[in-house]
Parts: sequence; C-alpha cells; structure tokens
Amino acid sequence: MATQTETGAEHFADITNPVHWFWGKLNWDIFPFYDPLILGTFIVTIALGVGVVGWLTHKRLWGYLWTEWFTSVDHKKIGIMYMILATVMLIRGFSDAVLMRIHQALASAGILEFLPPYHYDQVFTAHGVIMIFFVAMPFITGFMNYVMPLQIGARDVAFPFLNNFSFWLTFAGVVLVMMSLFVGEFAATGWLAFPPLSGLEFSPGVGVDYYLWSLNIAGIGTTLSGINLIVTIVKMRAPGMNWMKLPIFTWSTLVTNILIVASFPVLTATLALLTADRYLGTHFFTNDMGGNAMMYVNLIWIWGHPEVYILILPIFGIFSEIVPTFSRKRLFGYTSMVYALCVITILSYLVWLHHFFTMGAGADVNSFFGITTMIISIPTGAKLFNWLFTMYKGRIQFELPMMWVIAFMITFTIGGMTGVLLAVPPADYVLHNSLFLVAHFHNVIIGGVVFGIFAGITYWWPKAFGFHLDKFWGTISFYGWVGGFWVAFMPLYILGLMGVTRRLSQFEDTSYALLFGIAAVGVAMIAIGVIAFIIQIVVSIRNREALACGGDPWNARTLEWSTSSPPPYYNFAHVPRVYALDAWDHMKANDAQVPKEGYVPIHMPKRTPSGLIIAGMMTVLGFAMVWHIWWLAALGFFGSIAYGIYHTFDYDRDFYLQPDEVRAIANGRRPVAPAE
Amino acid sequence: MSSSQLRISPRASRVGLLALGTLALSGCNLVVMNPAGDVAAQQGDLIIYATVLMLIVIVPVLVMTLFFAFKYRADNKEATYDPEWDHSVSLEIVVWSVPLAIIICLAGLTWVATHRLDPYRDLPRISATKPIDQNVSPLQVQVVALDWKWLFIYPEYNVATVNEMAVIVDRPVELKLTSSTVMNAFYVPDMVGMIYAMAGMETELNGVINSAGTYEGFASHYNGTGFSRMRFDVQALDEAGFEEWTAKVASAEQALDRRSFVELDQPSIDEDVRYYGSVQEGLWQRILNMCVGDDELCMNDMMMVDALGGGGIAGLYNRELYRGLCSADNPQGVFAILRPDLVDRAEEITAAMDLLPHETPQMSVPTEN
Repeated sequence: MATQTETGAEHFADITNPVHWFWGKLNWDIFPFYDPLILGTFIVTIALGVGVVGWLTHKRLWGYLWTEWFTSVDHKKIGIMYMILATVMLIRGFSDAVLMRIHQALASAGILEFLPPYHYDQVFTAHGVIMIFFVAMPFITGFMNYVMPLQIGARDVAFPFLNNFSFWLTFAGVVLVMMSLFVGEFAATGWLAFPPLSGLEFSPGVGVDYYLWSLNIAGIGTTLSGINLIVTIVKMRAPGMNWMKLPIFTWSTLVTNILIVASFPVLTATLALLTADRYLGTHFFTNDMGGNAMMYVNLIWIWGHPEVYILILPIFGIFSEIVPTFSRKRLFGYTSMVYALCVITILSYLVWLHHFFTMGAGADVNSFFGITTMIISIPTGAKLFNWLFTMYKGRIQFELPMMWVIAFMITFTIGGMTGVLLAVPPADYVLHNSLFLVAHFHNVIIGGVVFGIFAGITYWWPKAFGFHLDKFWGTISFYGWVGGFWVAFMPLYILGLMGVTRRLSQFEDTSYALLFGIAAVGVAMIAIGVIAFIIQIVVSIRNREALACGGDPWNARTLEWSTSSPPPYYNFAHVPRVYALDAWDHMKANDAQVPKEGYVPIHMPKRTPSGLIIAGMMTVLGFAMVWHIWWLAALGFFGSIAYGIYHTFDYDRDFYLQPDEVRAIANGRRPVAPAE
Repeated sequence: MSSSQLRISPRASRVGLLALGTLALSGCNLVVMNPAGDVAAQQGDLIIYATVLMLIVIVPVLVMTLFFAFKYRADNKEATYDPEWDHSVSLEIVVWSVPLAIIICLAGLTWVATHRLDPYRDLPRISATKPIDQNVSPLQVQVVALDWKWLFIYPEYNVATVNEMAVIVDRPVELKLTSSTVMNAFYVPDMVGMIYAMAGMETELNGVINSAGTYEGFASHYNGTGFSRMRFDVQALDEAGFEEWTAKVASAEQALDRRSFVELDQPSIDEDVRYYGSVQEGLWQRILNMCVGDDELCMNDMMMVDALGGGGIAGLYNRELYRGLCSADNPQGVFAILRPDLVDRAEEITAAMDLLPHETPQMSVPTEN
C-alpha cells in the first residue's frame, strides 16, 4: 500500500506531460474486463444497448422520442420518464442484491467465495447508492411530477423547463454510476462514503470520485425539482382549493419537497467538502491536519435522515389516496393526517444522531436523540390508525393497489417496531451495523416505499395510459414481493441477533449458512416478483384494447380523475373550481358536468432541448473530473454555463392553444403537442 | 450447529424470550440475546422490554388490519357502511394518546437505561447477583484498530498482543480505544455493545465477562478490503489463568516500540496472533496523537500551539517546520513554536502538554531574530 505522498503524486497526473494532459488518468488498464463477471455483464449490456438502439432506429422512433419525450416540458411525460429510469435502475440495483445474496449464501456455507472483497464492497456500495438515489428517488419524484399538478387542477408545474432540466440531471448521475461499472471502478466505501475511508489516503482510486460527481450532479437536479414542486403547490392550485382542501397526496408532496429543499443543500455541501479534500488537498475530513471525520458523519446524516422521510412521506400520501378510494369512504381524520405529516417533517430534523449512537457521545445526547426518534412513531402510528378507521365501516374492494396497502400496513408496522428498538441507545449498541439493522431498514423501505411504489403504479397507471394493468401478473408480482420480502429478511433479523455484522463477504463460521440460504431463497422469490412486474407491463400493453378504461376507472375522489385518461397535455380544458375536499367526489355527488363549450385560449410552455444539452455537458464535466481531464472539465463547466445563458435569451418559449383546437381535442381528436 | 453452542441462562427463561426462545432452542446461537457478560445481557434484555412495550400497540394494529380488511370487504353486505363517517374526536384522542403513553414509558426506560449503560461509566455491578468490589480496579486495556487487525496494550502488565485479547472472569474491563487508520467499531457481543474507534480520538468502553470461555470479537464498522477478516478471540480466564497468559505474553522477545508499531501499522489481512513482551513508555499517547512515525507532529502539541494563537505567519507552515517534533522528546523545540509574548503562561502551557516527562523543563522563549 502506497503512502500518502506517493498516492498524492500518482493521483494528480502530471499536466506537463502531453499524454496525461490530454487523457488524464485514462489508460487501457482501467477496464476491469479481466473479471469474467464484469466482462459478461458488459457484453450483455452492450448487446441489449445495440438491440434497443437498432430497434428504435428500425422503427424510426428517434424523432418521436426527441420531440415527444426528451425535449418535452410536460410534467406528465417527465414523470413517466422518471418512472422508466427508476424501473431500469431497479433491475440494476436488484441484480446487485442477487449477487450479494448468492455470494453470502455460498461463502457462509464454505462452498465458494466468487466475489473478492474489492468487488463485493463495490457491489454493496452500488446497491445502496442506486436503490436510494436512482430507484426510490426517481420513483417518488415521478409520482409527484405526474400526479400532483393534476390533483391541484394545474396545467403544468411552475417551471416546466426546470423540470425537464432536473430530470436530465438525475439521468446524468445515472450515466456516471453506470459508466463506473465498466470504466474504472465504483466506490468501495459503503453507500454514504464515510471518510477517512473515502478520503484520498485510503481510497486513491476513481471509485469515490464517480460517487461524488454522480451524486452531486443528481442532487442539484433533486433540489431544483423540489423548488419547482413547492412553487407549483403554493401558486398554482385551482381556484377554491385552500390549504385544508388540498388532496392528501399533494400535502405529502408539499412537505416532502420542503424537506428536499432544506436537506439536499446539506448533502451537496458535504459532498463538496469531501470533493475538496480529494481534489484540492483540504483537510475537512482527514485524520490529520485538523480534519474531523465525525463532522462528515453528522453532516451526511443531517441530510440522510430527512432523506428517509423524503422517501416515505409521498408514499404515505399514496396510501392516503388509495385507502379511501377502495374503501369507498372519506379519509378518516384528514386534519390530523395533515398535522401528522407536518410533525414528522419537523421531527425528522431532530433525530440524525440515532445513526451513530455508538460513536461515543454522552448518555444525555444519546437519550435525547433516542427519545426524539421514538416521538416520530406517534404521528406515524396515528396515520396507521387513521387508515384503519378509513377501512372501518367501508366497502373494501381488493384491487391490486389495496392489496399492496394491506401488505404495507402489516410489514411496515413490524419494521417500525424494530426501528423504535434501534432507537433505544443501549439496544443499539448491540444491534448497530448488524444484519438486524439491515433487516430493519429493508423492512421499512421495501415494506413501505417499494410496496407503496407498486401500489401507486397500479393505481395511477390507468390514468397515465388509459388502460388497466393486468391483474393476474400483478398478483403474482405482489405475492413474489411480499412473500419474498419476509423470507429474505426475517433470517437477517435472526442473524443480527446472532451477532453477524453487515457487509461481510468472508465467513469462518458455517453455522450461518442455513439462514443465509433461506435469505437467498427469499431473494429468488422477489426475483419472481420483479420479473412478473415486467411481464405485467408487457402483457398489459399488448392487451391494452381489452383493458381500456375511462377517465375515472376506480370511481375515485380527487381531481386527476376528472380529466380523460390519458389526460391531454394541457390537463384540463376548463380550470376546475373547487368547493370541497375530495373535489371530484363532490362534483360527482352534485352531478356536475364538464362543460362542452366556453373554451378559452390556454397558455402553454414550448418544448426545449436546453435541459438535455446542459445536463449532457455536466455529465461530461463529471466524467472529466473523475479522470482528471482538466481541459475537458473546463469545457463541460463553461459550456453548460454558456448554454444556460444562451437559453435565457430564448424568448420564444410559450404559445396559446386556441379554443377551436381545445374543442377538437375534447371531442376526441388525438392531442399532439405543437412543434417548436 | 452443535448443542454445545447453546447457552440458555436463567435470565432468558425469566424474561420469557417469546418466539426468540424457540429459535434459540432450534439451534441458533443468539449471542446478542444471551451473552456471557452482564452489560451485554442488560442491553439484550432492553430489546425484550421495549418489544413487549411496543406490542401493546403493534398487536392491535395488526389484528385490526386483518379484521377490518376481512369484515369490511366489499362483498360482505351485512357490515355497516357509512361513507360519510370521517371524523371522531374521541377516536382521534385515543389514536394519538395511546402511542404517546407508550412512548412516554419507553422514553423513561430509554433515559434510565442509556445513563445506566453508558459505555463511559464505571460498572455499578459485576452481575445481577454480584456487587462491585470497590477494592478491585477495572482491568485496563488500550485498543488500537489497525488495517486490518487489532492491537491490545495492557499498561498494567506492560505487554501487548495482536488479534488476541484476554480478560479476567468477573473483573470489570476498562477499554480505551483509538484507531490508527479509518473509522472502526470494536465489538465483542458476549461482553458489551460496540463503540467506534477513531484516529486522533479516544473512546471508552466498560464491560465484563461473567463466565470463562473463548469469545468472538470483530470490527463491526466497514473499514475496507480486510473488513471480513478483522476478527479476534477474547479469552475469559480466571485469575491464575490470566497471570499465566500475561506471563506467556511477557516472555515474547519482541518489544512494541515506535519502530515495531510502524511496521505493524502497514496494512495486512488475516494477521496471526502476535505477542509483544514489553511496550515502550508513552507509546499509547503517541498512537493517540498520531505521532508514532519519525516525521509527524503530535496532534496535542499542534492543538496547543494553535490554541495559543498559532505560530504567527510561520505557523502556517507548522507541519513542515515542526515535522517530527514531540514535546515528550524535545520540549524546547515545541516552546520555540510559540510566540515570545506567551512566556508568562509557561506553567499553564507545560501543564497542558501531557506527553512531557515528569520533570517539567524550563520554558525558554526565543527572542525575535
């Protein structure tokens, strides 16, 4: 292992050498194709990529994708693109999970250690990073983007271009993470990249740099999207929709985005400081020269804990829409649900230290953060009770979304209980960093967030595409996921109580083999769930004629169901007027009719390629910084700023849709967004 | 999974252990619930108390979920249907106050338990049945996390070991921990819960093992490539056995001094057990202050200089100018870093320099040149 000074010299390539000047740290040795596993993955990925590109070219779809999707500023299309991105990344992140489960099952039985630690450590780091940042986040951003403007009777978000730009920034992060699989390496530090391990001294390679640039670029996108959605809710609600008539999912979107805007800058700043440590020789988080790694741990969790609630609060919102719809009843305790959301939002900032009780803080500090953590379970518990009382005296239809809700309520309750256990500091001393902890957070993230995502997809899919999802394959997916979750993670709880730490890739003790084997069976069941979900989508698209539905297939309660499925790109021909909570239900109860006349011109934004172009330049910037190709980084940086300025001079960015056109679309003509 | 691994203590049967008991009987060694040390046992018991407390609200939720889902299914037309019923003050009070009441109990439990089981606190008892003996001081062990092995220094015996630790049954152990590499966590599930070991910092852990045997210890915070193999055995011995063990270690030829520590500090995986027959004086302080190597400025000296206003402009280059300085070897050299106007605070400054030899040197501050 090289000493610090040596690595420093190696790390900063000699820019006076023309080869280094041009190529940075790039050379032929960086491709990890000596590993048959990576080579195989690479060949399959390339084959798939060539296949998709060839198919798109053959079908002449590039122009359609460019005009209708990539450059679109329509919140619905951007929402769907987020969902597609998240689904693709779910498959990547899940593959990592499968690798880990197979490896641990075989290694603990003493059969085979097919991943060396260097590789295994990258796999669990990538799994965590991808699942949180590029699966869960795009899924919930997709939901918020698609549903929220429709729920408040708006025609788009407040800043349509910014929305498109945010999406492409997230995409830029994905590109960098995916690239690290084949070009160089990814971080082998754990998903939060704690220094000093992630510092230059202990991780001299490019893995952590990929991590930093990918998350920083994607994080900017998330922050911008948060600002956008807050402004949309505050400024663009339909007339009459005051705060206590706001649909509950929109409330959850509001508090979520407040959390995003208040916490993502912390992430950006923290990662920027670590970036400075790695690139500029500063000592914020190093062991020596006054650096303090504990500061990083505090800062990253000041972002990281609200992040947990950023993931779960919109999911609570989704459940709060689904339960009343399928119980055919009003939501019980709307007001207290709103207050519970707000209380959780505030409390989520006061608990970050529970992630490191074992760092050695005193008993007063640890008890304070333990108790604040427990307090969060009060509003969360109240929400669960409110969903229960919504079901009480209802007429519950067990459609797929409602099945996911029931699975969520049971699974999440158990996960919440183990969470409160971990919040008791002395109990945490013996459970921290163990597989018990891993089981806990998968219990709440799969049992809460993932189940909620599937509930939301099956609930709003008919709205987005005008046809239902196939129930047979959906049911298989449901049982695969729910059963698989219990089989995969209950053994981990037990292993945690047996004192097994997370992130182990080599075992001396074969007595863990049985439980790791059961967990591997569980992940196979989840694999059935994932595959069935994909088949469900393919089958449903094939049978779309038979599965076709109208604007309001679930007989639901909120405004998004008052327009057609899929909605026209301007959402509503007439801006709805809101008189009650559950506005659409109120309209239906009062026999309100959608007017067939009286159309007025509709002000709409035009599509623009600027977001894609600027984000593309920032991808180049990130790649060049990772590989120390300074000239290319400068090009990417100044290029993106210059193009951003150029974009501000584009005054031709909106148009008015004329009443004749609106009438024609309302009478059944296929809506086509006008060209630039 | 042999039956010899099963250790069902009376404590376990006392608290019932619910389903966990059946699991233990079926062959899993749930060491966290059933450890050999009193502190770890109390920490494990807390899991059960907290679980039972929470089940008061968890069980009704689970039962209600299944019951409501069944009873109010759409095709059960017998059940009452009240689509407008969306509010009930009394129910709201119940759903907020029942969890609140439980959390108040749990918070009280947490406050008390966290203070009683504070890792920094000296043990108030040896075990549930055995009070502490005020005349027996805890066994001191200094623990250093290295890439990827553990170093244990026994200051009372002036010996050190790598990847093997021994303690005396029923005698409290007071561990001081630091790291000479990345962040680590030290965990012996049978003795006491884990705590982080971090470079330049000292954490403390107080625990005890109540029955003789060999137990597992390991790094429980991911720390890089050698993480999975960073494990060691803890031997809990009786007094005689421990004396024998220390004598065996003391007979080792190799001494742990600055040079051999620097060698040991090189990253290595799966290191064999190693004994050091003696330990250089002050080595622990140097490890803690990250100045074992020849060209490193001790952190405590650097902090003291900085706290006194730094070395002026020249102080910006502290690291290069004063590389290799340590107040323990060369107090005058460290004084030379200070500004001349600090001469009247010499006593305060020397008192703060904890690496200084016992005879305090006279401080002589250089005049401006």
